[in-house]
Amino acid sequence: MIGAFVLRRLGSGALAIVGVSILAFAFLHVVPGDPVDHLAGDNASPQLRAKIEHCMGLDRSLPGQLGAFLGHVVDGTLGHQCKNGDANGPTVAARLAEVMPHTLALALAGMLVAIALALPLGVVAAVRRGTWIDTFATATSLAGVSVPIMVLAELGLLVFFVELGWLPGPTETGPAALILPALAVGTHLMAMLARMTRSSLSEVLGEDYVRTARAKGVGERRVVYVHALRNALLPVITVAGLQFGSLLSGAIIVEKVFARPGLGYTLVQAILERNYPVVQGAVLVIAVIYVVVNLLVDLAYGLVDPRIRHG
Amino acid sequence: MTTRATRTRLPPSGRVGLVLLGTFVVLGVLGPYLAPYDASHGVLADRFAAASGAHWLGTDSAGIDVLSQLLWGAREALVISSCVVAISAVVGVGIGTVAGWFGGWVDEVLMRFVDILMAFPGILMNIAIVATVARPGAGVVIAALCANGWVGYARVARGEVLALRERDFVAAAVALGASNRRVMLRYLVPNVLGPTFVQMAFGLGAVIMVEASLSFLGLGPQLPYTWGAMIAQGTSLIWRLGFRHYVLVPGLAITWVVIGANLLGDGLRDRYDPRRRGR
Repeated sequence: MIGAFVLRRLGSGALAIVGVSILAFAFLHVVPGDPVDHLAGDNASPQLRAKIEHCMGLDRSLPGQLGAFLGHVVDGTLGHQCKNGDANGPTVAARLAEVMPHTLALALAGMLVAIALALPLGVVAAVRRGTWIDTFATATSLAGVSVPIMVLAELGLLVFFVELGWLPGPTETGPAALILPALAVGTHLMAMLARMTRSSLSEVLGEDYVRTARAKGVGERRVVYVHALRNALLPVITVAGLQFGSLLSGAIIVEKVFARPGLGYTLVQAILERNYPVVQGAVLVIAVIYVVVNLLVDLAYGLVDPRIRHG
Repeated sequence: MTTRATRTRLPPSGRVGLVLLGTFVVLGVLGPYLAPYDASHGVLADRFAAASGAHWLGTDSAGIDVLSQLLWGAREALVISSCVVAISAVVGVGIGTVAGWFGGWVDEVLMRFVDILMAFPGILMNIAIVATVARPGAGVVIAALCANGWVGYARVARGEVLALRERDFVAAAVALGASNRRVMLRYLVPNVLGPTFVQMAFGLGAVIMVEASLSFLGLGPQLPYTWGAMIAQGTSLIWRLGFRHYVLVPGLAITWVVIGANLLGDGLRDRYDPRRRGR
């Protein structure tokens, strides 16, 4: 039974990756105008243009191009950047591999921030329902989902870098420089998870087995943290995992504010430079990370909760 | 009478949301008429003017009046968000209803397509689409946001229709010989509208946020006065004392609309789904 569930989920994950690859390939071909124009510039010689065209594989038939593109996906190079038509120059994968750890670190740190702040907030709100703490937690969540991520990032910079000077500012990459971007990336998710924790825990606290535990004379603290929280956290953790992708989206914006090297920053730079091989590669890599993470979360959840894999 | 009144009344937070959103809509409609100056061209001699009687919020690096930009930006945000939400809702409800009602291979094909679209992080797809155009205008941004905007509506509509299919009044309509088209338009779609309105409210906030993000990245409509572009300009001025409101003013405007949309969405959800009340 587990085997069938894993197989089905792996199958749909693979389908999504193939779909994403084909969309990324098609993308280069719906760009109006000649992609060579964008890379070569206005005053390029015909030789240079031909070199770039050859490097990008545009002199081949469409199926040939798709084959070559998928080949580059499989061999992991994602094609060449083709600046100046140099077919032996740096690959797209090289450029992305350089920046990817920064984005992953940012997303993971954002996840950590989100969970670390959301759980206490949600638990306190659920346990003290209807009090001012609950109102405060609800208001914090609402603000957290409503302030645009770039404004959060700018506010963080303004207060902790410009005014107080406690934390490093843009373009730096040390561990301390991760704090502000991680806060900016994680706040939306934090707000979402805090809301979920509150509603999930309130629901569980009303269940029969919790009443039984209380009736047996189990201490309130133990009832909340041992009996109820365990069950209440299952949906929260799943959503946290599934939202990893939204942290990648957030990273695109935050990397721009902090001028941090990363997949998002590279993607936006490549779009502004009109370097389509890099755009294509970055879109593909971000999408694949997203698909793979969702797949892993689903699989893990299916293994933990039998209701999912039988459903 | 009482039951009807309690059923249709929004909770207080929802009414606050309605007021916040209402202000946005009014300013979006009237903004360009209220704006004291041109929002695209400034007077260079007046650049970086502090807030004063002539320029309530000062001027920017090109001498453009910030208040005028804010008001024109409200128009831009209103046009884009209402178009995206309306188109996405119509397309999504249509596709979701068809998928849920017909089931079988129609449902399978449509929902697999939905799955593939959902396999992309939302903003990445918007960015990829906008990136195909050198100087995107509002139309391109609307198209890019609609490209995956309808998916959520389709999922919810399909779920509702799957439940409605089993209900007696639908079975009765079919037994009386109603055509598929009639069943969908007369019996299914009206019953899907409640949850759709809830989604539209949340969707409005989400669209405002994504549109501002695109503009902030320089990938939105190429206008000097979108709220996102204003924040982007403010970013470079955040170091200078006295210019911080360039980020804060448009940031506050976006937050205002998104809070309004979220409060209204919560309120509508409580109204349409009493089980959730007080959660």
